[in-house]
Amino acid sequence: MKLHQLSVFVENRPGHLQAPCQALADAGVNLRTLSLAETEHYGILRLIIQDWQRAKEVLEAAGFVVHLVEVVALEVPDHPGGLADVLRVIENAKINVEYMYAFTEKRDDKAVLVFRFNDPDAALQALEHSAVNVLDNIDF
Amino acid sequence: MSSASVDRHPASQSDFLPHDALRQLQSSRLRDVVRRAYDHVTLYRTRMDQLGVRPDQIRGVEDVARLPLTIKNDLRDTYPFGMFASPMHDVVRLHASSGTTGKPIVAAYTQSDLDVWANTILRSLLSFGFHKGDIVQNAYGYGLFTGGLGIHYGIEALGAAVLPISGGNTDRQIMLMRDFGVTAVCCTPSYFLHILDRAEEIGVDLRELPLRVGCFGAEPWTDAMRRRIEAAADIRAFDIYGLTEIIGPGVAAECSEQNGLHVFEDHFYPEIIDPDTLEPLPDGAEGELVITTLSKQAMPMLRYRTRDITSIHVESCPCGRTIRRIHRVSHRSDDMFIVRGVNVFPSQIETALLGVEGALPHYQILLTRHQDLDHIEVRVEVTPAAFSDRVGVMEELRGKISRAIEHTIGLRTSVRLVEPHTLQRSEGKAKRVVDQRNL
Repeated sequence: MKLHQLSVFVENRPGHLQAPCQALADAGVNLRTLSLAETEHYGILRLIIQDWQRAKEVLEAAGFVVHLVEVVALEVPDHPGGLADVLRVIENAKINVEYMYAFTEKRDDKAVLVFRFNDPDAALQALEHSAVNVLDNIDF
Repeated sequence: MSSASVDRHPASQSDFLPHDALRQLQSSRLRDVVRRAYDHVTLYRTRMDQLGVRPDQIRGVEDVARLPLTIKNDLRDTYPFGMFASPMHDVVRLHASSGTTGKPIVAAYTQSDLDVWANTILRSLLSFGFHKGDIVQNAYGYGLFTGGLGIHYGIEALGAAVLPISGGNTDRQIMLMRDFGVTAVCCTPSYFLHILDRAEEIGVDLRELPLRVGCFGAEPWTDAMRRRIEAAADIRAFDIYGLTEIIGPGVAAECSEQNGLHVFEDHFYPEIIDPDTLEPLPDGAEGELVITTLSKQAMPMLRYRTRDITSIHVESCPCGRTIRRIHRVSHRSDDMFIVRGVNVFPSQIETALLGVEGALPHYQILLTRHQDLDHIEVRVEVTPAAFSDRVGVMEELRGKISRAIEHTIGLRTSVRLVEPHTLQRSEGKAKRVVDQRNL
């Protein structure tokens, strides 16, 4: 299953990262995980949130520019070679990883990584017959 | 007469006067205004005396170039009431410009001036295709700024339903636009772009609303901006021109041809001069627009230098109006900035910016100087349509914009993407150039 990731445009200046987080906090929205891509003048804050529809409304009402894209969360065994094994399946199917980041919590003894593929549907298809576990929810 | 004249609104008749009748009317009004200006305004009397021109030597519009030119500083020097030709007893309205530097420009109106103003706004709206029965959202700022109240009385003169919402509170603008079934809108083009962006953010598609036509002015805008507005809102967007010193908006307006603005020259006589030699230029030549108010009572302007660069169309307009057209004012002579010896107009940057696919209409040009080297930074607000979660996509957009601008003006600029609604505005007008070079 694919997850919905929200991205928020933030200027790379003090206070500008806090503002969208505060807007979500005021609305009682909890972040499951996030990553921040930075350039010299701006950043792209990517958020995984259970109630992403509500979070999107909150952020847009507060005047932020929000982008919605589908990503995939995969279980990655927490031992040497765990990630390499997962990536081999993906790369054999000629699918590109645009970027990835991790959930802070583990699921049992496995790490959970969020992958932004160039083609998430093709990635899911390639993963279907592999040993890699695709998460179908983020309640863990 | 064409068949269209049958349906012509009575107020528009003056747009279609035969050439000789128009010149006679202008000449008669010019004689009166020159006499009044000479008799009641010290500055005009002193200037004319210096030039050795007596009011009775101005027999008609063919003599207009004998009159002295008036500049904005004359209005500042005589602040607040030194340019008045009427006693305060006859003044019924005062407006003032925002005056970002120093004292504001004051504008005074007698009842007759307000009637002329409502008439030229009415004629503007008629030529845009506004009609009785329209619900008109007037999102120009109400107050000292001439935009709000000026347009307001023109809408009332038309007999359409005016929604005097003024500027700001964009969510409410969109709600009323949708709930009331607004058919026509008046505001600055940059504010309308904001309404468009906000509508997209909150999931309202203006193309699906009854909105049909827009009257946009009070700041220069380009045809690229017009195309963007027309496509995004599925409306026709028209340019209205004016300035506080002359009367406010309603000095000139486009017609259905969208090819130049007809000057309401029965009230505002246009000339084009060479801004360097100050010599009059023939119709067709580009130069600075100079306007003489032919019927203003409270504050007549003789040969006022607008600083706006344009030219007068030589060809007659297919719409049939006989009053002359000026080309859209794409820049003001005092908007121009010089960077590393190159003359740059904000409109050049706007055109380049809007030519990039997915590019962004809200921009500001910041000029700085580091170690004696001038630097141009173009700040553009990111919109939902242009935003991606991928840095590579955003950087590619930034590069495209930068190359398009460099291709147009021949100078390298740095393009900075900024958050929406962060660039400075005054009275809904976008502030396009911020010069921090302390020249």
